[in-house]
Amino acid sequence: MNAPLIGARIQRKEDYRFLTGAGQYTDDVALPRQSHAAFLRSPHAHAHIKNIKTDDAKKSAGVLAVYTGADLAAAKVGGLPCGWLITDVNGQPMKEPPYPALAQGKVRHVGERVAVVIAETAAQARDAAELIEVDYEVLPAVTDGMKAKGAAALHDIAPDNSCYVWALGDKAAVDSAFAKASHITKLEFVNNRLVPNAIEPRSANASYSRADDGYTLYVASQNPHVERLLMTAFVLGLPENKVRVVAPDVGGGFGSKIYLYPEDVVVTWASKQLNRPVKWTSDRSEAFVSDAHGRDHVTVAELALDKNGKFLAMRVKTTANLGAYLSTFASCIPTILYATLLAGQYTTPLIYCEVNAVFTNTTPVDAYRGAGRPEATYVVERLVETAARELKLDPVEIRRRNFIKAFPYQTPVALCYDTGNYEATLSAALDMADVSGFEKRKQESLNKNKLRGIGYACYIEACGIAPSNVAGSLGARAGLFEAGEIRVHPTGTVTVFTGSHSHGQGHETTFAQVVADRLGLALEAVEIVHGDTSKILFGMGTYGSRSLAVGGTAIVKALDKIVAKGRKIAAHLMEAAEADIEYDRGVFKVAGTDKQKAFGEVAFAAYVPHNYPLDKLEPGLNENAFYDPTNFTFPAGTYVCEVEVDRDTGATEIASFTAVDDFGKVINPMIVEGQVHGGLAQGIGQALTEGCRYDDSGQLVTGSLADYCIPRAGDVPSFKIDTRETPCTHNPLGVKGCGEAGAIGAPAAVMNALTDALGVKDLAMPATAQTVWRTLQRKAA
Amino acid sequence: MHAFEYHRPSTTKDALALGAQKSEGRYLAGGQSLVQAMKLRLSSPSDLIDLAAISDLKALSGDAGSVTIGAMVRHADVAASPAVQKAIPALAQLAGIIGDRQVRHMGTIGGSLANSDPAADYPAAVLGLGATITTNKRKIEADKFFKGLYETALEPGELITQVAFPAPKRAAYMKFKNPASRFALVGVFVADFGNGAVRVGVTGAGACAFRQAEMEKALSQKFAPESVAGIKVKADGLNNDLHASPEYRAHLITVMAKRAVEAALK
Repeated sequence: MNAPLIGARIQRKEDYRFLTGAGQYTDDVALPRQSHAAFLRSPHAHAHIKNIKTDDAKKSAGVLAVYTGADLAAAKVGGLPCGWLITDVNGQPMKEPPYPALAQGKVRHVGERVAVVIAETAAQARDAAELIEVDYEVLPAVTDGMKAKGAAALHDIAPDNSCYVWALGDKAAVDSAFAKASHITKLEFVNNRLVPNAIEPRSANASYSRADDGYTLYVASQNPHVERLLMTAFVLGLPENKVRVVAPDVGGGFGSKIYLYPEDVVVTWASKQLNRPVKWTSDRSEAFVSDAHGRDHVTVAELALDKNGKFLAMRVKTTANLGAYLSTFASCIPTILYATLLAGQYTTPLIYCEVNAVFTNTTPVDAYRGAGRPEATYVVERLVETAARELKLDPVEIRRRNFIKAFPYQTPVALCYDTGNYEATLSAALDMADVSGFEKRKQESLNKNKLRGIGYACYIEACGIAPSNVAGSLGARAGLFEAGEIRVHPTGTVTVFTGSHSHGQGHETTFAQVVADRLGLALEAVEIVHGDTSKILFGMGTYGSRSLAVGGTAIVKALDKIVAKGRKIAAHLMEAAEADIEYDRGVFKVAGTDKQKAFGEVAFAAYVPHNYPLDKLEPGLNENAFYDPTNFTFPAGTYVCEVEVDRDTGATEIASFTAVDDFGKVINPMIVEGQVHGGLAQGIGQALTEGCRYDDSGQLVTGSLADYCIPRAGDVPSFKIDTRETPCTHNPLGVKGCGEAGAIGAPAAVMNALTDALGVKDLAMPATAQTVWRTLQRKAA
Repeated sequence: MHAFEYHRPSTTKDALALGAQKSEGRYLAGGQSLVQAMKLRLSSPSDLIDLAAISDLKALSGDAGSVTIGAMVRHADVAASPAVQKAIPALAQLAGIIGDRQVRHMGTIGGSLANSDPAADYPAAVLGLGATITTNKRKIEADKFFKGLYETALEPGELITQVAFPAPKRAAYMKFKNPASRFALVGVFVADFGNGAVRVGVTGAGACAFRQAEMEKALSQKFAPESVAGIKVKADGLNNDLHASPEYRAHLITVMAKRAVEAALK
């Protein structure tokens, strides 16, 4: 009855409220008797707290309470848990130091929470926080992961500042392959630390009700059920049924809003102490020091090749800086989501990766758009491009010689790729990028005194995480399924409840397209509800480009149940055998006859069961489903970047950027393009402009947007993008996920182009104009 | 931000009286630096004396020989002014690339000069054109105005009322932006008044804007890009930060000066 909605460029349903200022974010929630919290944060990277004097703050105007770590300890508030146990090379569990919500005796990074003031207004809370006197004994600080060993210990249980040394692969076999290789390409580089900077800063507003001894927490979160589970079961010891967590409109996350944060715990606990709602909203300065950062790897990577450019083995050693504490999923990012991706799109038969994860006096590091996979892609694609140059092979040709061509393909690093067609995305990208015209463009650039370079990245990622049993065997302390519910109303419209969470991804539109298309209803007849533990049956939330592949599949499973029940009802209404009922785009039909009932008629009969098989069937039309995938999904693609460098200033311009991705089946191409654009901008940012820097004392030097450079619209080109589809084989929608690809593939493509332009082997990210200028100076000298 | 008293006088006289009365007060021009500092609690004036309602400070006039810009004229208005575009197009162009659109519609020339941010754009033009700054007390020559980091010749309570720029024969401003803040990492304003009178104002590179004598001398002999292209500026004393070393800034002064001369000749 309607045009197909799968694959349609439908404008986002949610944009009307966002563009007219009608979105409702956590900070917009104002409750009766609202109070406000301000956190006093450590100005030191590493110090003992000898004494805290809160008397003046407590007497300050409007102040309701001042709490320190001692108050939380007395109330038996626990530390924040880590959700993934990594077992080290010796079979020992990783070191898990306590992560108190407010510092206990010691601070370990600038911005760590030392005390909280709760007052009638946010300004009064801040004023009072300035009156708290803390006597610190400053200790030596370490911020560089490579210097963590031997530096002053952050935690008693990790005297050498090591959290774990972990490895994947057969070291002896890899070493032996290297010994026999005809060529070895080696690179040493830093994958620069990034600050996520969602446009909406974090915010939490908790209230407590004496009437039912229950709590409600509004919080800018990507996964409200996980937040509730971690907070109730591990930190506050509250019954889960007494806590409602609502993540309303959320203005971006990029991973940084996955985690349980100390501020969320403190306002929730304090709301009962004061019997008042307590709200805290981060400002940008606080976000820089307290939102989990991303990346921060130092890596030595080697690729062994035979004389024909076939990859024989890869050997990677990485030091991963985890920051001062273990954030919620910190431990699995540089291991499970990193080393397993080192096969890339290639048949490299042997891979060994060793990861040394360390504590430093910096903000905790956790998943940030791509999470481990951008770091892995950078290793693989910088190595491959460099190897091609060293062997004087075309960088495209060397890739073709090593592509995986038959699926399913079992990599030597645990993953099994279900499907893909790497040649399809590569050849499409080469055409779109007009690679054959590059030499001519290079000459034109030279005529303008500019250097032009071209670079490629053929990335792969693992999304839609993932089978819970596999994750569990690798140390996950949570399941990774998703839940969905379809509520058909008596008049035939539908409300969908999903455990996925949309904070920019456009689920309200994409998911509605899936449901409306499958049921044959108008898009307007479908409403998507997410982000509230009191409405949604359960949810693991949104991260790792998993929403459609896992959350969408849960919805499809529930839809199948709706249709199955609908067929039973329709069979009764039309006095036909159930086996003869077909469902076709909104209509139940008796096969081979002209008898039919519209979806709405069947729904009505389910809720007004006057003529209904009550002896065999429950009334109502409401189904739910949980879906646990059998495998990851494996989006992949080819990116081609051309850069132009101003020889006088070192300034780099992205002259063109082509991205051809295989995301499996695409539901809404417009939304997918938006996701790719955003990811590419962040990937280009990592390559050229963004870099988190600390000074030797542990102060964050790039602590504001005046020093930390997020790319602006003018810093990125008009992207040339397209998709090729090899449907995922193990979910009914055939989808793979698209949220992170841009950020995963872009850094390597940009840096491959830039090193080509400059004629150098390597260059540090971010390759700012000054960095490039210095490189040119060195080359000229 | 700490609490403060807000005042909105309608005459310069009232503003000065308030300024004398409120010893911990500050004048508020466009607020593009001061309000940010207050939000970060780095500045906590007891009173803000907003100059936005004083119409005398918002006048802008010009003829073939000069333009005179009231202290409270916004950057966007200078950029869009036909009088400025006609007499000194390089000044209009400079005003049009200050900060971002929002900053240009709030920030004022008086506020920018009184603040003397080392990376602000206007100081390069004030020095490059040899402007005259008029205050409620006196006239100050450009060369005597900038004293150091956020330091000017203004005395406590002294208020800029207008700035007069003589029109050169040709001029141009070239800015290499700090990628994050979009302030000038280095900005160079070059002006040729004819008869060998050339001025070169540099911003972003030192504690405050300064003139580049060696370049002025070379350009006064021959106003051409090659006159400055070979000049190696000394890095000593130039700003050093995350974004640019003194050596890089010194190099950029030469590159921007050369490009400014090229642009002036177009």
